[in-house]
Amino acid sequence: MTASCISGSRHRGLHLSALGHLPSGEGRRGSRMAEEKKLKLSNTVLPSESMKVVAESMGIAQIQEETCQLLTDEVSYRIKEIAQDALKFMHMGKRQKLTTSDIDYALKLKNVEPLYGFHAQEFIPFRFASGGGRELYFYEEKEVDLSDIINTPLPRVPLDVCLKAPKEQQKAEATEPLKSAKPGQEEDGPLKGKGQGATPADGKGKEKKAPPLLEGAPLRLKPRSIHELSVEQQLYYKEITEACVGSCEAKRAEALQSIATDPGLYQMLPRFSTFISEGVRVNVVQNNLALLIYLMRMVKALMDNPTLYLEKYVHELIPAVMTCIVSRQLCLRPDVDNHWALRDFAARLVAQICKHFSTTTNNIQSRITKTFTKSWVDEKTPWTTRYGSIAGLAELGHDVIKTLILPRLQQEGERIRGVLDGPVLSNIDRIGADHVQSLLLKHCAPVLAKLRPPPDNQDAYRAEFGSLGPLLCSHVVKARAQAALQAQQVNRTTLTITQPRPTLTLSQAPQPGPRTPGLLKVPGSIALPVQTLVSARAAAPPQPSPPPTKFIVMSSSSSASSTQQVLSLSTSAPGSGSTTTSPVTTTVPSVQPIVKLVSTATSAPPSTAPSGPGSVQKYIVVSLPPTGEGKGGPTSHPSPAPPPTSAPSPLGVSALCGGKLEAGESPPPAPGTPKANGSQPPGCGSPPPAP
Amino acid sequence: MAALAEEQTEVAVKLEPEGPPTLLPPQTGDSAGEGGGGTTNNGPNGGGGNVAASSSAGGDGGTPKPSVAVSAVAPAGAAPVPAAAPEAGAPHDRQTLLAVLQFLRQSNLREAEEALRREARLLEEAVAGSGAPGEADGAGAETASALLSRVTASAPGPAAPDPPVSGASGSAAVSGLATGPAAPGKVGSVAVEDQPDVSAVLSAYNQQGDPTMYEEYYSGLKHFIECSLDCHRAELSQLFYPLFVHMYLELVYNQHENEAKSFFEKFHGDQECYYQDDLRVLSSLTKKEHMKGNETMLDFRTSKFVLRISRDSYQLLKRHLQEKQNNQIWNIVQEHLYIDIFDGMPRSKQQIDAMVGSLAGEAKREANKSKVFFGLLKEPEIEVPLDDEDEEGENEEGKPKKKKPKKDSIGSKSKKQDPNAPPQNRIPLPELKDSDKLDKIMNMKETTKRVRLGPDCLPSICFYTFLNAYQGLTAVDVTDDSSLIAGGFADSTVRVWSVTPKKLRSVKQAADLSLIDKESDDVLERIMDEKTASELKILYGHSGPVYGASFSPDRNYLLSSSEDGTVRLWSLQTFTCLVGYKGHNYPVWDTQFSPYGYYFVSGGHDRVARLWATDHYQPLRIFAGHLADVNCTRFHPNSNYVATGSADRTVRLWDVLNGNCVRIFTGHKGPIHSLTFSPNGRFLATGATDGRVLLWDIGHGLMVGELKGHSDTVCSLRFSRDGEILASGSMDNTVRLWDAIKAFEDLETDDFTTATGHINLPENSQELLLGTYMTKSTPVVHLHFTRRNLVLAAGAYSPQ
Repeated sequence: MTASCISGSRHRGLHLSALGHLPSGEGRRGSRMAEEKKLKLSNTVLPSESMKVVAESMGIAQIQEETCQLLTDEVSYRIKEIAQDALKFMHMGKRQKLTTSDIDYALKLKNVEPLYGFHAQEFIPFRFASGGGRELYFYEEKEVDLSDIINTPLPRVPLDVCLKAPKEQQKAEATEPLKSAKPGQEEDGPLKGKGQGATPADGKGKEKKAPPLLEGAPLRLKPRSIHELSVEQQLYYKEITEACVGSCEAKRAEALQSIATDPGLYQMLPRFSTFISEGVRVNVVQNNLALLIYLMRMVKALMDNPTLYLEKYVHELIPAVMTCIVSRQLCLRPDVDNHWALRDFAARLVAQICKHFSTTTNNIQSRITKTFTKSWVDEKTPWTTRYGSIAGLAELGHDVIKTLILPRLQQEGERIRGVLDGPVLSNIDRIGADHVQSLLLKHCAPVLAKLRPPPDNQDAYRAEFGSLGPLLCSHVVKARAQAALQAQQVNRTTLTITQPRPTLTLSQAPQPGPRTPGLLKVPGSIALPVQTLVSARAAAPPQPSPPPTKFIVMSSSSSASSTQQVLSLSTSAPGSGSTTTSPVTTTVPSVQPIVKLVSTATSAPPSTAPSGPGSVQKYIVVSLPPTGEGKGGPTSHPSPAPPPTSAPSPLGVSALCGGKLEAGESPPPAPGTPKANGSQPPGCGSPPPAP
Repeated sequence: MAALAEEQTEVAVKLEPEGPPTLLPPQTGDSAGEGGGGTTNNGPNGGGGNVAASSSAGGDGGTPKPSVAVSAVAPAGAAPVPAAAPEAGAPHDRQTLLAVLQFLRQSNLREAEEALRREARLLEEAVAGSGAPGEADGAGAETASALLSRVTASAPGPAAPDPPVSGASGSAAVSGLATGPAAPGKVGSVAVEDQPDVSAVLSAYNQQGDPTMYEEYYSGLKHFIECSLDCHRAELSQLFYPLFVHMYLELVYNQHENEAKSFFEKFHGDQECYYQDDLRVLSSLTKKEHMKGNETMLDFRTSKFVLRISRDSYQLLKRHLQEKQNNQIWNIVQEHLYIDIFDGMPRSKQQIDAMVGSLAGEAKREANKSKVFFGLLKEPEIEVPLDDEDEEGENEEGKPKKKKPKKDSIGSKSKKQDPNAPPQNRIPLPELKDSDKLDKIMNMKETTKRVRLGPDCLPSICFYTFLNAYQGLTAVDVTDDSSLIAGGFADSTVRVWSVTPKKLRSVKQAADLSLIDKESDDVLERIMDEKTASELKILYGHSGPVYGASFSPDRNYLLSSSEDGTVRLWSLQTFTCLVGYKGHNYPVWDTQFSPYGYYFVSGGHDRVARLWATDHYQPLRIFAGHLADVNCTRFHPNSNYVATGSADRTVRLWDVLNGNCVRIFTGHKGPIHSLTFSPNGRFLATGATDGRVLLWDIGHGLMVGELKGHSDTVCSLRFSRDGEILASGSMDNTVRLWDAIKAFEDLETDDFTTATGHINLPENSQELLLGTYMTKSTPVVHLHFTRRNLVLAAGAYSPQ
């Protein structure tokens, strides 16, 4: 009696559960000593109509009622018997579900040929039909065209059985960094999907986030099981990372605050760590200063979180931070962008890491010191790296300054003088040397003030420190004067690291303003962000307070001008701004074209609003439109295509592969620019192309 | 000895290839043979002969000769010599006797009947177990052989030449049943019914009363019991279920279908819930024809349902039945029940509930009286080379301290013989190889690093999850040193994983091997084929789901048992199948290596467990007696005993030496799916589908604990290495840890308890529960304690 047709008027269908005792809840647990549970016995018997139908299907027309009755009794009994045996196989197979194969084995026990062909489906649906006063329940067997089956491509081979245990990861840990096994792959799919589904408002973050993930995960197929984040955690991770690298400063502050204080982030730590290290790797190549800054701020926030145990991830973070200190180039326009601030900030981070995690076994500090010294000592090291190395060393404390920096002051002084006083070879070198000089002065003065007895003699200094002597001397004098304050200030500066951050963005604002990432939006919409920045800035200079110290140092030579710049910017007339800046003037013009460029992008259609942002890319997306237009209007140049390549490039770059991906996936929003965007990635490096 | 061995093999062969299902004589669980049909395997009879063959018997005389089953009778007949002769004519006598009895009863001549019955009993007693063969003669040769096997399997082979065996056999053979010499008379009668011939079995039901009266009888008794004193009520309530079943079966047999139905409807609700599985089977059985071949029914018919009742209660019952002249019920009580009467206080409801639940009632007290050597064997003296410098350097002072605890646990035992331990050579054990000694040394070193567990120091659990198993994982085993994991799958494969960085390599091909310099020091390394290194090896060979897997202690072999009826032995050197052990013919549910290797045990759907040696293609022992599938089998740590858990809801302990059943543990309310011995060999823990874990004291044959907590089948049980913690894994996706020390701490081993078998279980097992650990959705199929007491658990993730 195949299951082909069974009619039932009294009993619906042939449900095995009615016949045997299936593990349907009650059946399975019923065996427990639950006194209250009384056996629910079903005296279910197949209706005799079924027998008739079966008989008919076999070609036996008239079958007596009596025979039917006998048959149904017998058949019902046998079916129950089989069902009970089948259950045995289910139990021994350690399953909760009865399968067709269990029935087969039960039949085999009885020396009955198993029913072939009932294997595939989990659930065999019985269909119902009625007519002529009869009701039929049947299993619909479709006719299958053999050629169809043959021609359909083979389904994917199911994954093979594999054994997973936490132990394996422990093993992995021994040889390779812990995190590498964990992050990435899993989220990749879901997160990306979500990113796309997210509202356009999140656009910028989306790309930002994408790069590290995509870059990072060498899409190895791993069985999905390990360390899955809960949906909430995934959402959180997405939001946080997007906010951290997104355009909205308020959101960022919130996100960083969350990273720095939330107690439950341990699960996500490996992911954050990877996010940062991959992000740095990519953005350094792309010279995307703004993103690097954001990422460093994330590091800072992670370090600030008292509940996180970072030690296991330090191996990943240190290279990232070090990169931000000593990389030859961190921004597109080294002459204009204030990458110095980033280096300072990162140097402070490294110092902090050393303080926290350096032990006699891992020797982090000595290894870092060695790295810095090596790159500093090297004659061919560019000024940028030199600056970073010195800053890194200087942040490590007075002892390091005393033993490693002071002895080299004379030598370094000579080199600086060579650049500053000599023939102007390169503006960039000049700026670099200038920064190095002020850096040395800043850090060495307090140390010297402590080391040397009070009478400060210019000559003595010159004798000892060479060309830097006189400057040093005056700084030392100042330092002594502020000695008392200094301590506090030092403290504060460290404390106020938050402060420097605004500085960072600010310092960028003036120069790269038009094109840099943080300001990225600026190009079109300078008004908004810049203004805010400016206001912050504006407040800053007047204040004598701690932050300035940092400040001034960095921009020392051009500090005035830079502030001016800012101010001028704040006035918001780009043109005027350009004129005001004195030392950087040269650069400003270069800035200007960029501004144009960006705006050019916007220039195209009236609908520029969206497009402009689009071109500027992911970053800006939403907010820009109105202001952007206003800005764009004035500066606008007709040539849309070229500018994007040059100007947005930083952005595009910043967006990296994420950008690419984005472009590939959702090109439509902005007509002209996005495409340009798509084309950008390759030619990211060149700043001056323009018209 | 050799002769004997041959004989039984012949018998095995002879078993006629009839349709297995119909003829299944489930009674004693030796249905294997009959079911076997076509294959050349020894059926139940193998048991007898094999016993004789004993473990040392090397070759069983090679090819089996096709002699007839009758030949098997011969030795059996010879054994119970005194009884056999008078019994020859017994069958006829007995039938006449029955007829007379019936006549007397119908004529209401009660006194005469009683008197006659008493005499008949006496007669039977004298005849004792030998009645079996005699009766069997009448029923046919095949029956006889079946019976014989029973006798021989349960009692030691009577004619076995082994001096110790035969010594023991003298008495046991007479009793003829695994249940021991308890009540010879009854046993004898059981044996009589013990034939696969259904009609003969059922003939007892012929004496029919008025079908319409059944309900009245039953409700009358019910009324009586419910009105009796509280102290008796609980005990007498035990009668309900067996009476109900037998009355129902009588109705069905006599073709009073409607009466049977209404009888069932009316009274099935009164039965204890733990019988519902059986009731379900019963409910589907409505016609006389169905009774043929229904195993559950035959179980009822062929084995007496055992009740333990105090003398007072019994007297009460007897008086009542006699007053009421309730012959129908009285007959059933006489014919189908075994009432184990004890003197003293009636038991309480709790006490009764703890012990009942099995298919055939409780174990008779006598069944658990025989001595069991549960102690551990003396460990061979192995000099532990103290050359490991690092240890010495570090633990210069720690050493002596560490030695001490070891002394307590292992050392003391190895020094002087444990009084409870069996003689060292009771079972011939394989000699230790050098590699085994090395392994032992490794083990001892690890032992020193072992974590001392306790309620305050719970082990970590490392869960191995099988992914993408598609519900196909059916068995798991882990080597003792936790380096390999084997999984048996529903797709007939066995997969072996290495969970250490050491990959699995197979030995090179013969041609390559011949090139190797055999003198070199690293020859063992050289013979391995580097190209074959992988983490996973798949073993193909079975043709059905693999339900059991077990590594040999030396990690050179793997056993697997499957639905296809075979047990296979695989080499882990070549990753090929070495032997397929055929014999079960039905699905083999479990198999396990002896802790000393060489021997292994298997149990399956054919209701028997078999003991094998790896170099014999036929079993050395057949342990028959279970009334339903043998679901799990475990060796005692001293390798002298085997425990089996069955779907008949009993656990039995078998003596490997003579095949005797030395313990029957009842109390589970569902099929038993897991077993484990405590490391010191004193205790046994069992888990069943009812989610409960029961603890047993082997020496005293008592239940000593009940661990409630799981909500589903307990699939795996394991004691920690020092026995402080019991871990249980279940289909409810949890691992639970129990405080074993506390559970065994205040044992009621006073004489009274031991003598009566009345146990009082501590009420609250929750105090023993140390921890519950959930998996996401992974039934826990296997548990293992590493040598350092880390728990390894394994199971297949089953997405909901």
